[in-house]
Amino acid sequence: MITCPWCGSRDTSEFAYAGEGNPRPDPATASPEAWRRYLYVRRNPDGWTTELWRHRIGCGTYLRLERHRTTDEVRLARAVGGDPA
Amino acid sequence: MSRLPRYSAVGLLRRGVTGRRWPVVWRHRDLEPSYDVIVIGGGVHGLATAYSLAKNHGITRVAVLERAYLGSGGSGRNTAIIRSNYLTPEGVRFYDRSLKLYETLAQDLNYNVMFSQRGHLTLAHTDAALRTMRWRAEVNKLERIDSEVIGPADIAGLVPELDVSSHPRYPVLGGLFHPPGGIIRHDAVVWGYARAADALGVALHQQTEVTGIDVEAGRVRGVRTNRGSITAPVVVNCTAGWSSLVCDLAGVAVPITTYPLQAAVTEPVRPFLHTVVVSGTLHVYVSQTDRGELVFGAATDPYPSYSTRGTLEFTESVAAHVLELMPSLAPLRVLRQWAGLCDMTPDFSPIMGRTPVEGFLVDIGWGTYGFKAAPVAGETMAELIATDRVPKLIRAFDLDRFADGRLVGERGAAAVGH
Repeated sequence: MITCPWCGSRDTSEFAYAGEGNPRPDPATASPEAWRRYLYVRRNPDGWTTELWRHRIGCGTYLRLERHRTTDEVRLARAVGGDPA
Repeated sequence: MSRLPRYSAVGLLRRGVTGRRWPVVWRHRDLEPSYDVIVIGGGVHGLATAYSLAKNHGITRVAVLERAYLGSGGSGRNTAIIRSNYLTPEGVRFYDRSLKLYETLAQDLNYNVMFSQRGHLTLAHTDAALRTMRWRAEVNKLERIDSEVIGPADIAGLVPELDVSSHPRYPVLGGLFHPPGGIIRHDAVVWGYARAADALGVALHQQTEVTGIDVEAGRVRGVRTNRGSITAPVVVNCTAGWSSLVCDLAGVAVPITTYPLQAAVTEPVRPFLHTVVVSGTLHVYVSQTDRGELVFGAATDPYPSYSTRGTLEFTESVAAHVLELMPSLAPLRVLRQWAGLCDMTPDFSPIMGRTPVEGFLVDIGWGTYGFKAAPVAGETMAELIATDRVPKLIRAFDLDRFADGRLVGERGAAAVGH
């Protein structure tokens, strides 16, 4: 179960993984090396990590959530554009 | 094969009659302070690399370090399918060499690996899948691989249990048939390589976890383990699942994301399925083992994880997809399910060869196709270590291709839906 800030607690199958959410370098000034890192290299950690998910079958909001990559526990989800007031 | 007796039918009979204990298959050795080559990962890739180093190049001061027991990772979790009908010419050549090595592996290792070349059939349910299949068949034929597109009538002849009518939601429009493909006993491959490598002098260290990799001035010096430190001028990362974490120890960043892939077996039934049946659209592959169990494999899970637990979603979807193909299997019960870890790369091709750290080599990123590649991966990695030249077969799979934009898009991989 993942708790969407807009929709509440929903089954994980409603959500889709959307990447590590690493910051995008400025394409105008980034070196080819930095750009390559952004495109391909992944941290792929085996513990707690913050990643990007989308409430695919739901409100469609992108969420930043903390997940443990070995136990699959999820502990905090925030909407990328800001949580509801 | 110096110390160990060779296996033979006569020997099997004699031991069967006399009930004498079988000799130890490989030895336990003490960890020495230094080796010529350290191989991290006691799976089929690491063992094949160590075996090839000793057999082909006479390099026997080799240590294979395994965190758990030999073959405990992907080598014992895959669905044991061997084929070479990939899509890219690089992939086809590479896997075909592997298939050829598998064909003679039992003789080379003096170990029955039970390779059954029963044919491999990939089904197309959409025009797009059929188009990719024709493309694959043409690439395969150019590389002299036995591979052709066949129609529903021929498919029904090969696998009568398949529903080739127009009723299913995903009707069978055609298939790519690859007669040399088949299945093998994956544990036997691991044990055969381990036994042969041990006999040639390779040291196999189980329950030996690498906790650090020592790098000085851009050169690898050795590794630290839970049993002490060892030095070596060459360290090869042959792990799967944890390969990016091992690379992190050496400070090498790699484009890998780890996804679980789940599989399941049913209770055993009488032999009826004589071909490996795969559907990319339905994300399922089915084969029947010598014991009669049906083995089901799927695509990777939808999110990255190091968890090897099974999920109900997988069981439900694989059952639904198998029944879509073969409705007569409905009464069969699933015995067990498991997951293995797949190191996915952006282009579904492996990463093999040198890294920015001198002496630290990688044989990683094997995604969903590692097991079938093991013999050729071992052969080419050993050649690279012994000759310090990158073999032609793996030149396209270097780590630098991501910087230079030379990706090898392998859409013939099992994880890719067409």
